[in-house]
Amino acid sequence: MLNSYRAGPDERGHFGAFGGRYVAETLMPLILDLEAAYRAARQDPAFQGEFEGLLRHFVGRPSALYYAERLTEHLGGARIYFKREDLNHTGAHKINNCIGQILLARRMGKTRIIAETGAGQHGVATATVAARFGLPCVIYMGARDIERQAPNVFRMKLLGAEVRPVTSGSQTLKDAMNEALRDWVTNVHDTFYIIGTAAGPHPYPELVRDFQSVIGREAREQILAAEGRLPDSLVAAVGGGSNAIGLFHPFLDDPSVQMFGVEAAGHGLDTEQHAASLAGGTPGVLHGNKTYLLQDADGQISEAHSISAGLDYPGIGPEHAWLHSVGRVSYVPATDQEAVSAFQLCTRVEGIIPALECAHALAYIIRTAPALSRDHLCLMNLSGRGDKDIGTIADLLGVKL
Amino acid sequence: MSDRIAARFTALKEEGRAGLVTFITAGDPDLATSAAILAALPAAGADIIELGVPFTDPMADGPAIQEANLRALAAGISLRKILGLVRDFRATDDATPIVLMGYFNPIHAYGVDAFVADARAAGVDGLIVVDVPPEEDIEIGVPARAAGLHFVRLATPTTDEKRMPAVVNAASGFLYYVSVAGITGGATGEATAVGAAVERLKAAGNLPVVVGFGIKTPEQAAATARLADGVVVGSAIVSLIGEAARTGATDIPARVAAMVSGLAAGVRSARSSEVAA
Repeated sequence: MLNSYRAGPDERGHFGAFGGRYVAETLMPLILDLEAAYRAARQDPAFQGEFEGLLRHFVGRPSALYYAERLTEHLGGARIYFKREDLNHTGAHKINNCIGQILLARRMGKTRIIAETGAGQHGVATATVAARFGLPCVIYMGARDIERQAPNVFRMKLLGAEVRPVTSGSQTLKDAMNEALRDWVTNVHDTFYIIGTAAGPHPYPELVRDFQSVIGREAREQILAAEGRLPDSLVAAVGGGSNAIGLFHPFLDDPSVQMFGVEAAGHGLDTEQHAASLAGGTPGVLHGNKTYLLQDADGQISEAHSISAGLDYPGIGPEHAWLHSVGRVSYVPATDQEAVSAFQLCTRVEGIIPALECAHALAYIIRTAPALSRDHLCLMNLSGRGDKDIGTIADLLGVKL
Repeated sequence: MSDRIAARFTALKEEGRAGLVTFITAGDPDLATSAAILAALPAAGADIIELGVPFTDPMADGPAIQEANLRALAAGISLRKILGLVRDFRATDDATPIVLMGYFNPIHAYGVDAFVADARAAGVDGLIVVDVPPEEDIEIGVPARAAGLHFVRLATPTTDEKRMPAVVNAASGFLYYVSVAGITGGATGEATAVGAAVERLKAAGNLPVVVGFGIKTPEQAAATARLADGVVVGSAIVSLIGEAARTGATDIPARVAAMVSGLAAGVRSARSSEVAA
């Protein structure tokens, strides 16, 4: 019988039927080296010390846990707390993982960094740590995303990264990941691939989760200090799922804590224009892991759609696929339109401009919090700030910047 | 069971030469043209045929094969239709081995057990599944071998002594040495290093070794034929098909046959000149 939800993955990188290592043979020796290096680093107090020091002094952790008082009053139900990952250096949770991975890269003697990015948040975070450690850095980004996220593209360039536009396929995150894998397989001798989400071949889902779990560990202490008890529910947006697993993982064995992962429903789950791989997908293998994917009956990958470039991906991290299959976490949808309304409400009522990614989590709270009792504690991961999205919102509102 | 792959390598050994392994993407640029290309390959000098199974996200492939995948998918190819192609080919050729090469997801969606049985029945001889390493063998390697299909493994320049047992264990048919760390259609390996790698693989695996990646000309094919049991040419042929399709050519099978004849002549010249020397 299962006695912990926190024990995964197994030694082969499987979370139940999901996860694993589905990569070209060229990459296998490196994947195995990475796993060994990560096992050693985890046991090494010097590595942990350096990681924690950088999180404190470079990233600015711990991030605040903030009681969203006016939103709580506005909705008239559950007490809502935000875990303020938007206040991190570079403006999102992505930096936590990048610090961890670049320390691993250095430990392994790798001298060149590559990454993929969707919204540009992971690209910016990667370019930032590459600059901090003086390593050359190439970021793959879908040509369509480059259009949607011009400020982040410029940020990456300022940080000294080379941004390579990806024009194959749907020109979004999945294609950027294909191109990063092609670079990696070609330059495997000196290159470290900093994957941005809790997906990809084992051990990436595990190590990204571990690096992001600082979110949940802090939140747990902070809510205990503020309210004297654990939250009743956790809510986080899920694309690949790194901010969500980072928040959820330290609470998985607390049965009183309900968890909700919010998938991007785009134009609606009844259309083909969404990015909800659990609600609208089936199990398959892509980008190194077995997980739920948006695909057709022949196993060809479908193009995802979300207004949020960071959620515009046809898969999801394998641990989420497993948590979905065992029912520990509930995965629920929010549409583009709901996310935009939530973005506007949060901005007006709380004075916080949230990233469109976590606006999906907020949309779910807006939908459900009014019916909850006033002593229900709801903790949401406000995973990034929304400055990068103001162009998208302006377009939508017909405003010319 | 008849083993076309073993029979072919035995025959090549008797002829004292390496084999030419040609790769085309199934259904590229469309099903009918693809069938005609396939039918023309053995007479043009292909000893073994690798038939690429298109996938939307071919992560280990360079631009030529990526584009071929998209052309074939746009023209409506599916795994079921590919098995139909093989069945039709077998009606006139029961000797040339066919190996399906691609990514796991389309096979997973088809259903692994149904797929290996249907593939065997259609006349497929072996599988290369690029994104399933030995660590995940249970997914497709084990059921493929149980159904009587060869499961061909890839070895690469990153396959060191530590890794070798995993790669050769349970490999069957032949080993495919990817001569450079990279994607298809890029650079080719340096001869001395490739020769040494082939020797190591032959010693470890006791199987024929074919070498591929970046081989485009008859001269390169000849050079590799001196080192290995087989020479794989893929992106060069696929690029020719792509270019011909773009210009609306109606004689694509003949153009492919002409290129393959040249490559076959290169491969065949290699061993005979070695004998002469």
